[in-house]
Amino acid sequence: MKLKEIVEILSLKPLVPSAGLEREVSGGYVGDLLSDVMANAGEGNIWITLQTHVNIVAVAVFKNLSAIVTVNGRMPDADTMEKAAEENIPILLTGKSAFETAGKLYQILNAKGIQD
Amino acid sequence: MKAKIDRTYEGSFHIVGGDFSRAGEASTELKTILLRMGMDEEIVRRVAIATFEAEMNIMIYATAGILRYTITPEEIRVVAEDMGPGIEDIELAMQEGYSTAPDWVREMGWGAGMGLPNMKKNSDVFRIESVVGEGTTVEMTIRLGDCGEESR
Ligand SMILES: Nc1ncnc2c1ncn2[C@@H]1O[C@H](COP(=O)(O)OP(=O)(O)OP(=O)(O)O)[C@@H](O)[C@H]1O
Ligand SMILES: [Mg+2]
Repeated sequence: MKLKEIVEILSLKPLVPSAGLEREVSGGYVGDLLSDVMANAGEGNIWITLQTHVNIVAVAVFKNLSAIVTVNGRMPDADTMEKAAEENIPILLTGKSAFETAGKLYQILNAKGIQD
Repeated sequence: MKAKIDRTYEGSFHIVGGDFSRAGEASTELKTILLRMGMDEEIVRRVAIATFEAEMNIMIYATAGILRYTITPEEIRVVAEDMGPGIEDIELAMQEGYSTAPDWVREMGWGAGMGLPNMKKNSDVFRIESVVGEGTTVEMTIRLGDCGEESR
């Protein structure tokens, strides 16, 4: 499923204009502990987190994640956005909680047969 | 896809703690080098993750160190060496969930106690040596052999 569709359905706000949304999403992962995400997130996953500092971009790059969603309206730091633009990683903002966001995303992916 | 490596390639990066916005630069550069050589993506992913965790630990616990890589036709070897405080109980440090990360590091999402286990999991051979007061050396080897799973 395309990231673009998910962004529309969940009303996520893309914060990195140069990072395109035409990428494929393979699933999702929720976590605020970076080493846990490094161990357990899957390639192409959307990563839902409340972390906002610059190291989240490196995690997304090394894990080949499709996007980072920052929850609870938490705005990433300026250097995080800069790095994300450099590395072509979409960061998507939502005012909703991680629980709501993950629940919704799961539903969408499940309906598409991506997550069972 | 199998990369054709005809000789040994070596290089190193200096890791300096403090500026977390630069964390991951060494690992990113190594990743770029490996991809340019035509290395298998899964191998590159494993090297990058293991190297990034090692880089982070140097930044957090040792403030400075050096990361050396060696690429041969058989394997990729990454050695992360620092002159930090050392680790008193390595067995304990290797346990998933054990961490002495300070609060300011935890606030950034580090300190799950999963870095060393991640390094080990992504390596075919993992070695760690540490002397309290002198420093820590982590050596990670990822094999490039055709034997795939067998070699892990
Ligand atoms: N280079 C090092 N120098 C000194 N102590 C270290 C070093 N690397 C690891 N340690 C010690 O080992 C512990 C476990 O390290 P590990 O990387 O597994 O977890 P962490 O860094 O605490 O958390 P995470 O890696 O999940 O963010 C650390 O908390 C620290 O006490
Ligand atoms: Mg660590």
